Amino acid sequence: MNLHEYQARDILRRHGIPVPPGEVATTTDEARAIAARLGPGPVVVKAQVHAGGRGKAGGVKLAANPAEAAAHAAKILGMTIKGFTVRRVLVAPAADIASESYVGIIVDRTSQRPVLMVSAAGGIDIEEVAARTPEKIHRLAVDPRYGLLAHQALGLALKLHRDIAQARATADIMQRLYAAFYAVGASLAEINPLVTTRDGAVAALDAKIVIDDNELDRRPEIAALRDTSAEAPSEVAAREAGLTFIKLDGAVGCCVNGAGLAMATMDLVKYYGGAPANFLDIGGSSNPQKVVSALQIITADASVRAILFNIFGGITRCDDVATGIVQATRAFPLQVPLVIRLTGTNEELAVQILTQAGFPALTDMDEAVKQAVAQAKAA
Amino acid sequence: MSVFIDQQTRLVVQGITGRDGSFHTRQMIGYGTKVVAGVTPGKGGQLFDSVVPVFDTVADAVRETQANTAVIYVPAAVAASAIFEAADAGVPLIVCITEGIAVLDMTRVLPYLHERGARLIGPNCPGLISPARSKVGIIPGNICRPGRVGVVSRSGTLTYEIVHQLSTQGLGQSTCVGIGGDPLIGTNFIHCLSAFQADTETDAVVMIGEIGGTDEQQAADFVQQAMTKPVIGFIAGQTAPPGRRMGHAGAIISGSSGTAAEKMAAFARAGIAVMKRPADVVPLLKERL
Repeated sequence: MNLHEYQARDILRRHGIPVPPGEVATTTDEARAIAARLGPGPVVVKAQVHAGGRGKAGGVKLAANPAEAAAHAAKILGMTIKGFTVRRVLVAPAADIASESYVGIIVDRTSQRPVLMVSAAGGIDIEEVAARTPEKIHRLAVDPRYGLLAHQALGLALKLHRDIAQARATADIMQRLYAAFYAVGASLAEINPLVTTRDGAVAALDAKIVIDDNELDRRPEIAALRDTSAEAPSEVAAREAGLTFIKLDGAVGCCVNGAGLAMATMDLVKYYGGAPANFLDIGGSSNPQKVVSALQIITADASVRAILFNIFGGITRCDDVATGIVQATRAFPLQVPLVIRLTGTNEELAVQILTQAGFPALTDMDEAVKQAVAQAKAA
Repeated sequence: MSVFIDQQTRLVVQGITGRDGSFHTRQMIGYGTKVVAGVTPGKGGQLFDSVVPVFDTVADAVRETQANTAVIYVPAAVAASAIFEAADAGVPLIVCITEGIAVLDMTRVLPYLHERGARLIGPNCPGLISPARSKVGIIPGNICRPGRVGVVSRSGTLTYEIVHQLSTQGLGQSTCVGIGGDPLIGTNFIHCLSAFQADTETDAVVMIGEIGGTDEQQAADFVQQAMTKPVIGFIAGQTAPPGRRMGHAGAIISGSSGTAAEKMAAFARAGIAVMKRPADVVPLLKERL
């Protein structure tokens, strides 16, 4: 789950990291009032959306006074950046920046440890730095049993600062960031840029935190930060129904049990010349209601021209899926053709249920995908 | 011989009285697995299905039954704790079926296992099966046939699909291992490939990967350097968009890294025959056996 910048800044602040003031506005009047409260001097107005490259998209603007802040907010609120509509802006004093650097933590899959990454090339896209000039990024794998040790943090901080007082301040920020990383259950936490101001202070100007979805059940206070208005409504509905759903651009709606088979099914749709409309994993449980929800979500997408079921029954019982399909199509008649492939546990029973309801059932995956692609094209 | 499990496997089931644990324990016993104990705290002293003794702790179960393998079906919130407990009881092979363990919990679990020399398979995996010998986990026994192809996969049902193709076209399996769909797992492709290379009853290996991470690329290097047996590879997620988790917590393209194209290219460079679709598995294997 992605957090907004203002939410990430709050978390850092609570962990004792120096973060400049700033407040969130949802209207132009609020933006004007915040700018006035922040006192004389220019402010920045920043779009709060789950997308990178906000500056390039025109979502970050400098304002000389409250009136200008309101004018910028008027333009930014409601703007669309990479498909996300901006509903909030952060208004913060414009910092007097002397230097910018990058500090981030991820869990590295190869070393299986949290890895701290720092770079003096801050304020820009760190992935670009990693790709073009990897030597500019310093990395340290942390032993989670002991955490980020003081000398390790200082060693990294000295790669960013010549001044020892600034290096110590940055090392302290790194240790606090590491503590915050574990405290909120993050899979990524970064400060970009970490700045030094002309008076020599070090502060976190912008922050990004991504939470591991598996942490949310035990951290209700973090789960409450979810902004469903920043997500596709179909994906919110799917999550509430206990399904994993990702919308794509094609015409073949896919309903599959298991993530790997769901991906392989999408790939096979493309192999046979079609395009998948979505990723959808109905999971391993045998629950007809899930099938009903899945069909509702898929059919809500107007670009879907055919629906493909691909079920390999292991724990999932094919007859339960068949019952779900019959229930769902009784509740709301489908406007698009349905191609069903089931094999495995209780396959014969499933075929019987479907045949009685007038649905042909296939057992071969390739044949089913070919038919679904052909029907989507014919529609 | 087979890989990781065989007729000597003496299994303790953690969460044996739960919904999933009880269902799959019956399936495993039906398949012939020696389920010697179960663990549910508070239910020690009971018998599961009048046959399997239930203990309060894994340590009790190991002491009383000499269990040498543990399988975990407990809910996600207590699954990391269950892995710690099994390792602490001295169980050398731990299979965690549970999905949803926090990655940061795994950063603490894995060094703990390493210090004790325990092998973890999973988490978030279907377990493993050596057809006609033993099954630990949830892979349906009826789709497998005994034979000489090793299968290793990050997926569940996609593995069943490919195993089904093998079995129905006359190619049995020595062992099928589901290593799990999470970003941090105990046993990776290289561990399994190495075991299959050493196994005298395995002639070829099918490796089923997916987007996310670089485990497949490292496995490809290993195949090139250390394997003499033919390897066939598949990568799921060619149509997956970047930055989105495709169901499995580990199936995500980060930036431009972890794509299906890059993994398939690494396979091809290492001499691994690349399947374009699941149905390619049998023709490609038959060419190489």
